[in-house]
Amino acid sequence: MENLLEVKGLRTEFMTEEGPACAVDNVSFVIGKGETVGLVGESGCGKSVTALSIMRLISDPPGRITAGSVLLDGRDLLALSPKEMRGVRGNDISIVFQEPLSSLNPVFTCGEQIREAISLHQGLGRKDSRAKAVEMLRLVRIPDPEKRYSDYPHQMSGGMRQRVMIAMALSCQPRLLIADEPSTALDVSVQAQIMELLLDLREEMEMSVLLITHDLSVVAQMVERVMVMYAGVIVEDASVSDLFSRPEHPYTEGLMASIPRLDVDVERLDVIPGRVPDPLRMPAGCRFSDRCPKRIDRCLLEEPPMFDTGGGHLARCWLSAPTP
Amino acid sequence: MVGYFIRRFLQSLLLIWIVLTITFFLMHLAPGDPMARYDHPDISPETVRMMREQLGLDRPVLEQYFRWAGSFVTGDFGTSLRYNRPVGELLKVAIPNTLRLTVASLFLYMVIGIMLGMVSAARRYSVFDRMTTVISLFLYSVPSFWLALMLILFFSLKLGVLPSSHIQSLDVSGLSGLQLFADRISHLILPAFVLGVASAAGLARYMRGSMIDVLKEDYIRTARAKGLPEGRVLMKHAFRNAAIPIVTIMGLSLPFLLGGAVIVEKIFSWPGMGGLMVDAIYTRDYPVVLAINFVVAVMVILGNLLADTGYALLDPRIRSGRRGR
Repeated sequence: MENLLEVKGLRTEFMTEEGPACAVDNVSFVIGKGETVGLVGESGCGKSVTALSIMRLISDPPGRITAGSVLLDGRDLLALSPKEMRGVRGNDISIVFQEPLSSLNPVFTCGEQIREAISLHQGLGRKDSRAKAVEMLRLVRIPDPEKRYSDYPHQMSGGMRQRVMIAMALSCQPRLLIADEPSTALDVSVQAQIMELLLDLREEMEMSVLLITHDLSVVAQMVERVMVMYAGVIVEDASVSDLFSRPEHPYTEGLMASIPRLDVDVERLDVIPGRVPDPLRMPAGCRFSDRCPKRIDRCLLEEPPMFDTGGGHLARCWLSAPTP
Repeated sequence: MVGYFIRRFLQSLLLIWIVLTITFFLMHLAPGDPMARYDHPDISPETVRMMREQLGLDRPVLEQYFRWAGSFVTGDFGTSLRYNRPVGELLKVAIPNTLRLTVASLFLYMVIGIMLGMVSAARRYSVFDRMTTVISLFLYSVPSFWLALMLILFFSLKLGVLPSSHIQSLDVSGLSGLQLFADRISHLILPAFVLGVASAAGLARYMRGSMIDVLKEDYIRTARAKGLPEGRVLMKHAFRNAAIPIVTIMGLSLPFLLGGAVIVEKIFSWPGMGGLMVDAIYTRDYPVVLAINFVVAVMVILGNLLADTGYALLDPRIRSGRRGR
């Protein structure tokens, strides 16, 4: 498969009063054309910062991308001028955020907010871009799109608002859609509908998707490949079937054990003990070492590199190191 | 919406009545007497007594109140005790002059306040932002009468580039239309600056704060994620949201602007309501004070109504809330 997005050695820091805190550290991954990849991890592990870094939407100050490259079809986005980058945003790469209510501007109609992106990138006049926006509302299955075009965000339900966000993101047929916890803020029943909609549209529009979530169970149904992120680094990268059948990293195992299951009778859910390390005080060795049940001495001293455990299944753990 | 405006109108009428009634009794409670200036060896006490009787000032206060109120509701503002002319006539000259000054000030106030606030917010912590902060705080803190005197001292006396008082030059007979206009503008600059720019400093601070809050919102990130240029993000997506609280502040600041006009008009010998008001208060010219208070109250209420309307126009959430009520 041809690569669409290639992230190499991405590092994003935030200035704090105690010095720079590294939210994303040496993150590298690829997304193939038409591929759907999941990025999984706890809150605060750097998933959203990775997404915002790809789009260069990190607010500076306090944030800054200090190293790495983000290649979209071989073109380094980090080297583009602000103007060139604006031509990429919403056009080649789009993003759907977690919280649809706060992500939509309360004083403009939903339709207008979609229309604006269309007229910006496709140079369409008011009438044509409006017609296209109505078409987009229809595409995301909003009933009576002609009428809902003039609705303000506060007049819509949460699920409808997220559909509007998706319509906005897809309005210029992006090649990559980043969905940053698109269903987390919604009711459970609506969550499934939104996910299903994303799946369908992905097929229809033949785009690549980076799905960010903290929920491994969502990933299982949606994506082809999963990257697990912990404390700013990717700790495991594998196809869905590989990851679920033989998780390599103890953190991934921990995440899986904490998924509630109906088929196994357990008293209480497993949790991973301890907390995510403070980005200002990262452990010297492996970042997961202080919470890891399988820790060996080496983990405390040296940060493990990514090991290929076979078939493109990557894991950042000394236990996965090939035996010499 | 119509019902809302009718309700607002009736509330305003009640409010104006309360304001005027309070003013009436306060004026009469205050020490002093409109006849005091006839306290002169050449005027016999008998004459003063007769004048007092003629003007009804010898009647009980309550009776005076009802008499005044009776003619007031028919649109008769009474006769000035000082000028012995109908109050309406005095106002006819004074109101347009005051409006000229306040409209010019309001314009400076809004444009400068909003612009400075927006640029400061967009370039937070830049040299420009720090400089406007310092200058704003200075203009906001100094009393307007002092600022007015300093400006007169500098621009009129020292540099001699701007006139220090009055609405136009004394002799304008030989001027063409354009020259007359320029002459009037040059007279307007200093008082409008004192009144408008000094309050704009405060507005700029509010606008900056409001804008900074809005720029942290998620929908601003969405607008940027669409690929919109920063100017559009600021002017379209951020401005309208940031303006919502500012409209209220502008409505509330109208009374201060009109109150400030009283002082500024006096200093610049501007023949408006302010100067008239100050003199009327000194000489206990009751009908003039009440009539001016009425005009000011109407202006303030109109200003607030305008602010509320602007509020509803800017924020669709309020519009639909009202529809539902």
